[in-house]
Amino acid sequence: MKNNVFINGIGAVTAQGIWRTELFEEASELNEAVNHAQQPSYKEFIAPAMSRRMSRGIKMGIYAAQQALDEAEVTVPDAIITGTGLGCSEDSEKFLRNILDNQEEFLTPTSFIQSTHNTVAAQIALRLQCKGYNFTYVNRSISFESALLDALLQLQQGEEEHILVGGVDEVSDHTFRLLQLIEEVKASDTNETVKTSVTPGVNYGEGATFFSLGVQKTRSSYAELVDIHIQHRVDRAELPDFVAQFLERNTLAAADVDALLLGYNGDSASDSYYVAFEALFPQAASLYYKHLSGQYDACSAFGLAAAASVLQQRHIPSRLKWKDNTAPGPLKTVLLYNQLKGKDHALTLIRAC
Amino acid sequence: MVHSGIAVTGMGIISAIGSTNEESFQALLNGKHGISRVQNFDTKHKDHILVGEIKYSNRQLAALLGITEPHNFTRTALLGALAAKAAIADAGISDVNAQRTGLISSTSVGGMDYTERYFYEYLTNPSLHPYISTHDAGDSSHKIAECLGLEGIVTTISTACSSAANAIMMGARLIKSGRLDRVIVGGTDALSKFTINGFKTLMILTDDYCRPFDNERCGLNLGEAAAYLVLESAMSLKKDGKKPLAFLRGYGNANDAFHQTASSENGEGAFLAMKKAFQAADLDPAAIDYVNAHGTATPNNDLSEGRALTRIFGDHVPVFSSTKPFTGHTLAAAAAIEAVFSILALQQGVVFPNLHFQHKMAELDLIPQTETLHRPLSNVLSNSFGFGGNCSTLIFSKA
Amino acid sequence: MAELKEELKEKIIAVLNLEDIAVEDINDNDPLFGEGLGLDSIDALELIVLMDKEYGIKLSDPKQGKTIFESIESMSAYIAENRTK
Repeated sequence: MKNNVFINGIGAVTAQGIWRTELFEEASELNEAVNHAQQPSYKEFIAPAMSRRMSRGIKMGIYAAQQALDEAEVTVPDAIITGTGLGCSEDSEKFLRNILDNQEEFLTPTSFIQSTHNTVAAQIALRLQCKGYNFTYVNRSISFESALLDALLQLQQGEEEHILVGGVDEVSDHTFRLLQLIEEVKASDTNETVKTSVTPGVNYGEGATFFSLGVQKTRSSYAELVDIHIQHRVDRAELPDFVAQFLERNTLAAADVDALLLGYNGDSASDSYYVAFEALFPQAASLYYKHLSGQYDACSAFGLAAAASVLQQRHIPSRLKWKDNTAPGPLKTVLLYNQLKGKDHALTLIRAC
Repeated sequence: MVHSGIAVTGMGIISAIGSTNEESFQALLNGKHGISRVQNFDTKHKDHILVGEIKYSNRQLAALLGITEPHNFTRTALLGALAAKAAIADAGISDVNAQRTGLISSTSVGGMDYTERYFYEYLTNPSLHPYISTHDAGDSSHKIAECLGLEGIVTTISTACSSAANAIMMGARLIKSGRLDRVIVGGTDALSKFTINGFKTLMILTDDYCRPFDNERCGLNLGEAAAYLVLESAMSLKKDGKKPLAFLRGYGNANDAFHQTASSENGEGAFLAMKKAFQAADLDPAAIDYVNAHGTATPNNDLSEGRALTRIFGDHVPVFSSTKPFTGHTLAAAAAIEAVFSILALQQGVVFPNLHFQHKMAELDLIPQTETLHRPLSNVLSNSFGFGGNCSTLIFSKA
Repeated sequence: MAELKEELKEKIIAVLNLEDIAVEDINDNDPLFGEGLGLDSIDALELIVLMDKEYGIKLSDPKQGKTIFESIESMSAYIAENRTK
C-alpha cells in the first residue's frame, strides 16, 4: 500500500514578493530581461553571525523553507531535498573572479565554501538541526521535479513522514550576461512579456519556493501530490503517447484533467511543445506562471505552488490564465507540464483534497 | 529493501590509476598509485601540490569516445561519457532504451573547466560561445545521455564529495519503486583550478602524498575521475538471464548538521548514515568484512570518521582502508570509484592497502590495512562525506 | 600601535562582513573567537589571508592562528613584530 502525499505548507520568495494568499491577485506581469526576487527582511529568521556569509539564494531558501514549515506546523522535517539549476551562482562567480583577478593568490575560503550546490539544503539543515536525509538535485529545468520525485517516493513508501522540498536559483551578473550572449535570455532593452514575446530567449528570474509535504492530510493542506514522471527525450510526435501512458498509469482520461499548468516562457524553442500538449486536452483550462516568476531552472517549484493554490482556493486567478477558457466542472485535477527546449519533460499531477 | 538487494550488472571507471576495471584492479592489487604533478593545465600551485590526474588530454578523451571536433564536451562530460559507456558495455546492454532505463549522475564542478578558462574571454570572442551552456552541472549528464542515446529519466545530484553515493541511492530507489528496470548511476568530476584553489584556501591540501588515518596526516590530494554502475531490477535480470557482479544491499544518508565544511567531533552524521545503511541492509555491523573509508587524510575527516567507526563497530572495527592515496580525492566521483573498488574487492576477495600510513592516530586505537590482504569478503561498506554535512554509506554484498 | 589596532578592527569588520558591529564595539582584549566576537574556523582562515595580503605575514599552519588571533591585542602585537609590509 502506498501512502498518499499532501502539500501541507508553502513558502516562497519571488519576483512578486513572499508567499501569501493574495499573491496571484496582486501579481504583475514581468517584462524585463532580468527580474530579481523581492527580498523580505531576513533579520528575524537568520542570525547576523550566519547571514553575513550568505548570498541571496541561501537567504531566499531559508526564508521560503521556514514559511512552508510554519504553515504545515512542522518544526523539524525528516528530510530536506532541494533542486537548483545553477546552485550558489553568486559565490561561484565571486570565487572564480578572485582566482582570475588575483592570479590564484590571496584567496579566502568563504565564497568557495558557500559555492557548493548543496549549500542551501545544508544551511537549512544546520539551522533546524535536521540530521535526516539531505539531497540536492542539479539538472537544469527538472532540478525541482527530481527533488519532488525523490520526496514522493520516500513518502509513498513510508520511509519518511514529513519532507521539506524546494527549488531555488539566484541571478548572478556575469552568468546572466553570458546567457544573453547566447540568446538564452532576452536583450536588456527588450520589454516583452511571455505573451508578447517575439525575440529569442526568455525573461530571466530567480526565487525560492519550498513545500512541506506529509503523508497526513491536515487543515493546512493545499492539494494531494499524486504522481510525477520525468523523461529526458520526447519528440513532439511522441508527446501524445507520453501523455497517454502517464494518464493511464493514474487511471485518468484526458477529460478528467480540469486544468493544465504550462511552462510557457516566451521562447519558441520551448513553447511549441506546450502548444502541442494543450491540443491533447481540449476541455481543460490552460494556466501559466513564468510570466510572474521569470524563467529560471527551479521556477517550476513556483508553478507547483500556483497550481496547489488554485486547487486550495478552487478558483483560477485571472493573472494565471493563458487562455480565456474555464474548467468545465469543479476544479479537481491539475496537470503540470514543464520542459526546456524539448529536453527533460516533467509531468506532475495534483488533486484537490 | 528487498534482500539480497539490488543487482549491480555492470561497471565502468576512469581515474588516475586506469581507464578500465582491470587496470584499476591491477593498480590497487600492486599498490601502484596514480598521484603526480598537474600536467593538463596551468596553475600557480603546480609545484606545491600532488594530484590524481588522468593523463589524457581532452582531445585524446574525445578521440577515445569517437567524438569529432568541433564539440562542446567539457572534461567532466568526457570522463563521464567514457565511464558510463564502459559500464553499459560491461552490463552487456546493446539497446539502452530496450527497457525503462535512466541515468542518475553527479558532479560538483560540472563545466567549471571551460568556465574558468574563458570566463572573461566569452565577452569578446563569439567562437567560444558554444561552451557557455556547458557550465551547469546538468550539462555533463545531458552529454552522457547523448552519448548513450538514452531517452529515459536523466538527472543529476550535487552534494559535494558524497554526490555519487547519493546518485547510487536514488537509482536504487527508482528500481525499488518499480519505476525503472535499469539505471546507470555514478559521478564525474574533472580537476579544475576552481577546486584546487578552493581546497587550498581551506588549507587542507598537502604538498606530499596523502596519508589517511596517520597521526601526522596533513591534508588531501585532489583527483579527477568518473565511474558508473548499472543497477537492474530482479525482473530485468531474469529477462536477460544475467548474473550480477554484486548486490547493493543497503544505503543510508544523514546530515551532520554541525558546520558547512567541517565534520563534527564525534562523527554524528557518519554514524547515522552507517546506522541507517545497516537497517536498510538488515545486517549487523559484525557482518561487514571490509570498510572502504572516506579517509581523505585531512586532520578533521579522519578523526571524525574514525570516531564514527568506533561508535558503530565498538571494539570490532573491521579491516579498513582508504583508497584515496591511489586516486586522490575525486570529489563527486569519489563514491562511484570507491563503489567499483568495493565490488572488485568482493569479487576478487582482496582488501586494498591504505598507502603511506605510518603512525597510529593519538586519539584512537585504529590502524588501517596497510598491505594487500587476500581473504573472502561477503559484505563491504563504503563511506562518503561531503561539505554541507552530507554523509552517505553504501553496503555492497557478494553476488 | 593604537593606529594599527584601529586599522585592524576596520579590516576585520570589512573582511568578515560583520554586520551591525562597529570599531567601538570591539575591545582590544575581547576574545575574537568563541564567546567574544563569535568568530569560527572559517574566519580564522580569512584572517590568515588578511595577514598575508595586508602585512606580508605567512602562516602555513592554521593552528598557529589560535594564539595569534586571540584578541586584537595579541594580533596587533604579532603584526607589529613580524610585518614585512
